[in-house]
Amino acid sequence: MPNKPNIDRALCLHCGACVGCCPENAMFLHEVWIEFLPKCNACGICARACPAGAIFMEASR
Amino acid sequence: MKDIDVDVLVVGAGPAGSVTAKHAALNGARTLMIEKRQEIGSPVRCGEGIARAWLDELGIRPDKKWISHQVTGARIVSPGGHIVTLTEKMAGNEVGYVIERDNFDRALAEDAANAGADIMVKTTAVELLRKEGRIAGVKAKHMGETFDIHANVVIGADGFESQLGRWAGIDTTLKPSDVNVCYEYTLRHIDIDPRFNDFFVGSCAPGGYVWVFIKGPDSANVGIGVQLSKIKSGVRGAAKKYLDAFIAKHPNLAKGTAIREVAGAVSCCQPLESVTADGIMLVGDAARQIDPLTGGGVANSCRAGKIAGEVASRALKAGDYSKSFFQAYEKGWRAKIEDQMYRNWMAKEKLVTLDDETFDKACEVLAEAKLEVVNTLEILRLIQRKYPELIKEFEDMLT
Repeated sequence: MPNKPNIDRALCLHCGACVGCCPENAMFLHEVWIEFLPKCNACGICARACPAGAIFMEASR
Repeated sequence: MKDIDVDVLVVGAGPAGSVTAKHAALNGARTLMIEKRQEIGSPVRCGEGIARAWLDELGIRPDKKWISHQVTGARIVSPGGHIVTLTEKMAGNEVGYVIERDNFDRALAEDAANAGADIMVKTTAVELLRKEGRIAGVKAKHMGETFDIHANVVIGADGFESQLGRWAGIDTTLKPSDVNVCYEYTLRHIDIDPRFNDFFVGSCAPGGYVWVFIKGPDSANVGIGVQLSKIKSGVRGAAKKYLDAFIAKHPNLAKGTAIREVAGAVSCCQPLESVTADGIMLVGDAARQIDPLTGGGVANSCRAGKIAGEVASRALKAGDYSKSFFQAYEKGWRAKIEDQMYRNWMAKEKLVTLDDETFDKACEVLAEAKLEVVNTLEILRLIQRKYPELIKEFEDMLT
């Protein structure tokens, strides 16, 4: 089961660090929330980049 | 909402966007600047330390509305506590004000509006419009409504998370070693020396530094940048964890209370090969015009923005919105900042390899030397005299 990123919205400061680091441009920062786009290949950079620890990788089902 | 037609569309109302919009409007272009957030300048994503020297050059008058504090110098602190003091003169006026970035951004947006630019907030660009093979506007959303904004020149000033450049096919992708991930608290009731902004280097902030930028007699922005390539997977919130550990070790800071938390990331890369395409120019963070050594971007963004605004208005007069016309912008911004960006990127690439012991030795030498001016070659020669083995890695810079 491949992993995919998920986000704890309560921790997100919608700073856009994850979006700018995403090599696939598979994320979008709306005014105050993050959207993962279908082209995400689950590389996990966003989870490493998130300064607040809001993004984490989990098993997709 | 009806579709909109303008000469110049600026996406993003940070300093890069506002300065571009101002200079486009001043030169006669019908200019619209859109901003995703409901409020320009908020939330702040910045350490708020800026130099003073460049403000004049851009006609930005220092205003107490956005200056919270003025320092007389900066200090670099090594892991073992060796302190290198840099006066403003020595640092080439690279230190100076600590600002209220939200007020600063609003002041620049007001300047743009006063010059004749229109502004729409809570308005998000969701895709590019194309006409005759070039970028010719964006599809935008405002309060649930989608509409087209047609423009002859599109300016991507959409920040670190920039979409416009990537949608336009401009390669702005960053390597993890060229990104610093940041976290910051604005602390009150702390013990600090209000004369100096401090930079703590070494393993407290792998591949980056901890900053203490003074906001007032007992208040400062205490923040950290950590190189993304040094963050392991599975560690959540590495930047915040490193910062919390640093503060816990410094009782003068740990006693404070946080009135604000800030997150973000900055590029620290070499100048990009191109920041333009037919119909579009990128400015500021979106164009990766950040100083790769300090992570400072406000000055470079404003400098580039002025040139972009002027070139945009000239493009209108010429009726030429091609990438080749925009070479005037490429040449202009590169003449101002490219050399320094490249030099500082080289320096950063070396500094991120140093261990704590090396930082201590280097800072010890420099602390004793009482430097007159900060000059990379002079610094390297001083260190070479006492610790030649430390300079081995930098030998290519000495030739």
